[in-house]
Amino acid sequence: MNSGTHIGAVKTELGRRYHFAASHRLHNSDLSEEENNRLYGKCNNPYGHGHNYVLEVLVSGKVDPATGMIANLADLDGFVQREVLEPFDHKSLHEDVEAFRKTVSTTENLCIEIFRRLKPFPKANLERIRVQETSNNSFEYAGDNPEGFEG
Amino acid sequence: MVLLTRKIEFAASHLYHNPDFSPEENRRVFGKCNNPHGHGHNYTLEVTVAGEPDPVTGMVLDLKDLKEILEREVMQRMDHRFLNYEVPELAGQIPTCENIARVIWNLLDPKIKQGRLHRVRLYETPDLFADCYRNGSDRAQA
Repeated sequence: MNSGTHIGAVKTELGRRYHFAASHRLHNSDLSEEENNRLYGKCNNPYGHGHNYVLEVLVSGKVDPATGMIANLADLDGFVQREVLEPFDHKSLHEDVEAFRKTVSTTENLCIEIFRRLKPFPKANLERIRVQETSNNSFEYAGDNPEGFEG
Repeated sequence: MVLLTRKIEFAASHLYHNPDFSPEENRRVFGKCNNPHGHGHNYTLEVTVAGEPDPVTGMVLDLKDLKEILEREVMQRMDHRFLNYEVPELAGQIPTCENIARVIWNLLDPKIKQGRLHRVRLYETPDLFADCYRNGSDRAQA
């Protein structure tokens, strides 16, 4: 199959969105009840609360001329399913996910943890991720890659 | 620098099939996208142009001009078409989101004279998209 023209002049990334629902409570046990309450407000509610999270995963790599793909979606979906969706979906992040027993499960920290889990994807290069906590809040993380946000 | 984005939508059909693969291999690699009669999507295209606003007009480029370029280069070529058979630029390529986005980049880049093409994002579904950027060191100056 033909690989298209100007292949070196254009950088292509594949983006895929996933959805998961989870609960969490923002609470730092090193701080007093008053400080937690002042810092995290209603997110410090002891019983927790939940969100419908949207995870956007962007990978780059050579577009394989034989398949037209950077990575086969079945491979990417399977990897994200195993590494993130199964452990996070319909879970309590601060209680069910080891990484958030001591680290506060803000969406900033969630981004860092998800990036760490997805970085070893063997079929393409993870450029960055974006996590939308609500339709008004979203966070992006590109690890140590300074070009991760440049496309 | 200011980034300006315009969005258009088009509907098209396609199928994934590599004649160099066996029927079993085509089914294994491409799954239901290998259905010989094809299937379709409502594609959403976001085109982002980077530049400095002109001091006289306040515009990076005239949106009317961009709209006309998108109509001529993308809509007339791809809207309500079967991408495998009716879009010569895709001949011999699997019309994945990655390849269509790159074809669109290559069609638009030489036509945008004011500002500079910064990003082409093509959504095949709300949960699947491909982005194209200028490669190499000149990317940062875009």
